[in-house]
Amino acid sequence: MEGNTQAPIELVEYGDYQCPHCGRAYPIIKNIQAALGDQLKFVFRNFPLAEIHPNATRAAIATEAAAAQGKFWPMHDYLFEHQQRLDDESLLRYASHLRLDAAKFRDDMESDALAQKVEDDFESGVRSGVNGTPSFFVNGQKYNGDWAEEPFLAYLKTHSK
Amino acid sequence: MIATGTKAPDFSLSATPDQKIELSQLKGKRVILAFYPADWSPVCSDQMGLYNEMLKIFHKENAEVIGISVDSKWCHLAFSQDRKLHFPLLADFEPKGAVARAYDVYDEQLGECKRALFVIDEEGIIRWNYLSPVGMNPGADGILDALEKMDKK
Repeated sequence: MEGNTQAPIELVEYGDYQCPHCGRAYPIIKNIQAALGDQLKFVFRNFPLAEIHPNATRAAIATEAAAAQGKFWPMHDYLFEHQQRLDDESLLRYASHLRLDAAKFRDDMESDALAQKVEDDFESGVRSGVNGTPSFFVNGQKYNGDWAEEPFLAYLKTHSK
Repeated sequence: MIATGTKAPDFSLSATPDQKIELSQLKGKRVILAFYPADWSPVCSDQMGLYNEMLKIFHKENAEVIGISVDSKWCHLAFSQDRKLHFPLLADFEPKGAVARAYDVYDEQLGECKRALFVIDEEGIIRWNYLSPVGMNPGADGILDALEKMDKK
């Protein structure tokens, strides 16, 4: 999670790194984070649509591998900024760009535990009612409204203290 | 929609141009019937695409998912290939909407199935149903909750 752990507003996104809608949401979330500051805690969970986005699962695992080296958010950001190239070779290049230990990263990309974590995120999403990507939950409630910056920010502000 | 506790009306519909599926053939398995308006809705993961991602979870519960719309078997074939679907889509094509009518989920105005879900048990009895508000993808949490309740009995 990013932001103030004690924040009054918790925003959870279930996303897929190869999904163009999530790509559109990425800068919106960044702006919202900037606008809300320590009022907001942002959590990202993996929801790869593996059948239609062949690189999505590997990309999700890459962020978990980066997390193992303390760089989840930099990798999360980098992948959304480079959605056009999410093949394995590119993922390795991004890891080295982020100065991750290449050997450990490569090992972790094949880790069953990390693949399971991605699957667990997916299942938690299904059970919470995720029906597509991106799916947003504000303080535990599914947000079915417009996630364009203006209406989304206005809605989130109603939960601030 | 027809009520839970009733026997799910049997049907025989084309799944592909040369294959038919009969509901009664699926006795012994749980069946998730997903009626939906039409193929080719323009989003990353429409309802059928979503269920396609969840097949492993459904199979763990001994459940098969089947999609039904009034599209033709040829349309289903193309849509299925495009979205790489690994479960059958049935064509409620002729007579148009007959099966949807049997389940009382046919929209006479639009000439399409409503977006409705039924979970049918191993004996062919409807154990859960849900009619989605127009334009909303109901997801799978209701289905999974229903299947889990069935596990407990």
